Amino acid sequence: MSTTSPAADGPTRRRLFEAAAGLAAAPAIAQAAAPAPTVRKSGAVDVVLNVNGQDHPLTLDPRTTLLDALREHLHLTGSKKGCDQGQCGACTVHVDGERVLSCLTLAVAVQGAKVTTIEGLAGPNGAVHPMQQAFIDNDGFQCGYCTPGQIMSAVACVKEGHAGSDGEIAEYMSGNLCRCAAYPKIVAAIKQARGKMERG
Amino acid sequence: MRPFSYERASDVQRAVIGGRETRQGQTDAPVQFLAGGTTLIDLMKLDVLRPARVVDIKGLKAAHASIEATPQRLRLGALASMAATARHPGVLRDYPVIAESLQLAASAQLRNMATLGGNVLQRTRCPYYRDTSWAECNKRDPGSGCTALKSFNRNHAVLGVDDSCISQYPGDFAVALVALDAAVELTGPTGRRMIAFETLHRPPQGKPNVETTLMPGEVITAFEVPAGPWTRRSLYLKIRDRSSYEFALSSAAVALDLNGGAVRQARIGLGGMAYRPWRAKEAEALLVGRPLNEGNAMAAATAALAGARTHGGNDFKPELGRRTLVRALLQAAAMEA
Ligand SMILES: Cc1cc2nc3c(=O)[nH]c(=O)nc-3n(C[C@H](O)[C@H](O)[C@H](O)COP(=O)(O)OP(=O)(O)OC[C@H]3O[C@@H](n4cnc5c(N)ncnc54)[C@H](O)[C@@H]3O)c2cc1C
Ligand code: FES
Ligand code: FES
Repeated sequence: MSTTSPAADGPTRRRLFEAAAGLAAAPAIAQAAAPAPTVRKSGAVDVVLNVNGQDHPLTLDPRTTLLDALREHLHLTGSKKGCDQGQCGACTVHVDGERVLSCLTLAVAVQGAKVTTIEGLAGPNGAVHPMQQAFIDNDGFQCGYCTPGQIMSAVACVKEGHAGSDGEIAEYMSGNLCRCAAYPKIVAAIKQARGKMERG
Repeated sequence: MRPFSYERASDVQRAVIGGRETRQGQTDAPVQFLAGGTTLIDLMKLDVLRPARVVDIKGLKAAHASIEATPQRLRLGALASMAATARHPGVLRDYPVIAESLQLAASAQLRNMATLGGNVLQRTRCPYYRDTSWAECNKRDPGSGCTALKSFNRNHAVLGVDDSCISQYPGDFAVALVALDAAVELTGPTGRRMIAFETLHRPPQGKPNVETTLMPGEVITAFEVPAGPWTRRSLYLKIRDRSSYEFALSSAAVALDLNGGAVRQARIGLGGMAYRPWRAKEAEALLVGRPLNEGNAMAAATAALAGARTHGGNDFKPELGRRTLVRALLQAAAMEA
């Protein structure tokens, strides 16, 4: 520890430790929550990731993002790395049914949650999801790099009830960038799939 | 990203213990709380934040994510997501400025991930702060200087700045909170305390690396917004370079209590303009007792931006800020509330 004192700006370290000691009877943090991952001495973490309905035990460096765990460890390369900074949406997956960015999610933080990726959208007999079919029918892509993220986001957009009009779709899909600018066709695809998804 | 150890805190006591090495202001803290991670993981990848330990506080959702509206106040749990808060019927009906500030921010994915507590502590988007290849940044490296003063500074702040830092506070929700006299509930090693939201973010005062008045280990557990006759007639107007998924160039949070055409009380916050969430009290005072017409709105807006200091690239900002506020006030006056 350095010799600089925080006293001028806040409580002293001693006071904090004393205060915290009163609370310290609690068990070690890593073991506290029921489904918490196990932290090894080396710092590596044993986790179980539930992806597309299947449990996958993995030992990960805590720095591993969910996106890297999917792509590099589980070889589910459908989710794409566009920016790796939360700005493009190419890495969109569902966690407990909600769309999120896997590049800003730590893999160790989703133990206990259900992850769904583009690979998990198809029906049990392999039939493509109505949203996947609609992207094909409407040419909702050119290079296709943003497409898995677009489709995962689009499925959530419809389920949230945010696909009522072209304007609403554009607003609620704005987190998914498409460098090929397939936007009008993506909107058309979502409108087609919307009807099919609502009919079930 | 640098190595760190990961731990989960299942309740607030454990979070406080785990976080007690968080230094005041947090910028250089060796321990960081992980909520939605949309600021933290981003800045760890960029090597701007370098915690040795990350304490995951999403387990606090069970006890600290509820939203309760009573006749006296709105209470927002700090672990509530931006998305859940923006669609809450009580927030939408009685505090539209809060719902809109969240709804117009970031993207659907980010709003699902991000929490209210993390949101108010998001860091500036100043490119010289986010890119460590720039040697001069007083916020990252105290005493090194401020690159933005003499470089590209189109979206840098004009209010509340000094020569140590002209970075802008980028968030939207905090602008609504500061306008509505919100309070923050903090839970820390010595118990619980409430502070006025306007005192959470520090002015730069030559030390822009110390960003907040949080004490080591303190966790934001809730926000409280007092009810008032102005909250229903309220809105958030956000002006930006593209119409969605973009930070503000300029924004205004306004809430009005009208008596016929005249203003009984006004609450005004400004975004995209300032170093920290900005309350425009001089503008509010000028409106009280006067009819809300364009002339009076412009007089108030002129007062709000009177202290603006520009640095070349952002010379356009004071005028944009005035026009944003005028439009927001006239729109709020025309609301059915
Ligand atoms: C591409 C992009 C666009 C965006 N656009 C906008 C926008 O237009 N408008 C806008 O307002 N925001 C925008 N944001 C910012 C976003 O809203 C924030 O990153 C988010 O709200 C942070 O919340 P979080 O829960 O993810 O915080 P985290 O990243 O988990 O945490 C942020 C910081 O707060 C601390 N912290 C978190 N919770 C607590 C707590 N309860 N108590 C004490 N400390 C805590 C953490 O230690 C960390 O230092 C954007 C972000 C991205 C990536
Ligand atoms: S790769 Fe995640 S948002 Fe771009
Ligand atoms: S299809 Fe090429 S980026 Fe969208």
